[in-house]
Amino acid sequence: MDKPAYVYVTYILTTPERVWEAITDAKISASYWERENVSDWKVGSPWEHRLPGKSPDVVGKVLEADPPRRLVTSWAPPSEPDNPDKISRVAIEIEEMGGKVRLTVTHTDLDAQSLKDVSGGWPAVLSNLKTLLETGRTLPDPYGAVEGHPQE
Amino acid sequence: MADDMDRVFKALADASRRRLLDLLYADQGQTLGALAARLTMTRQAVSQHLALLEAANLVATVKRGREKLHYLNPVPIHEIHARWIAKFERPRLDALADLKQRLEGDDDG
Repeated sequence: MDKPAYVYVTYILTTPERVWEAITDAKISASYWERENVSDWKVGSPWEHRLPGKSPDVVGKVLEADPPRRLVTSWAPPSEPDNPDKISRVAIEIEEMGGKVRLTVTHTDLDAQSLKDVSGGWPAVLSNLKTLLETGRTLPDPYGAVEGHPQE
Repeated sequence: MADDMDRVFKALADASRRRLLDLLYADQGQTLGALAARLTMTRQAVSQHLALLEAANLVATVKRGREKLHYLNPVPIHEIHARWIAKFERPRLDALADLKQRLEGDDDG
């Protein structure tokens, strides 16, 4: 395995099935990620990451799928879907741990510009997913999250 | 959850641990040996700090062969950011941070 560029971890009070559904369901993914994830999630199938009703920002293939535990996809810009220098790999691990779910995202093979783009994106996506699954709120601004934060 | 947040703030309340996060921010995926070589601390002390950071979920680890690689995991820090910084304030806060950094240079707080 290549050395991952980034590893992100969050713990969510929910079930692995709900995390899997939130990542693979187009409508739910759009509610916390802004963009919807679209595929039949079978190994070898294409997948797309896109604003609802728009052309995709990311395209790729499903490399591994073991619901609700592990999903590995390739990521590439739609303009160069087959350029090996532009293809990165995202592994999502969903583990049950003492009543919580440990969600790990490992992003590998990123070029420098993608690294910069991604480093701002994943923490927001994961903390919004956590808020959604723990509070049931949908967030109007996935990269803001302030409006959706629960009051204490 | 309060416990998780307490762990994050306690882990951050130490200059050596903040320095470790700085080193990982600059270069992700370092081994314990590589980190210890860059700090004036025993390997054992670095290992204890890393364990505390990992318990607070500020550091994530990946095993590669016999090596354990350490990554800065910024998700809990993003939660703090999202909790108290409103979206409209961000561009101005970024501008202030840039200005402060230009005037003062890089500084480990």
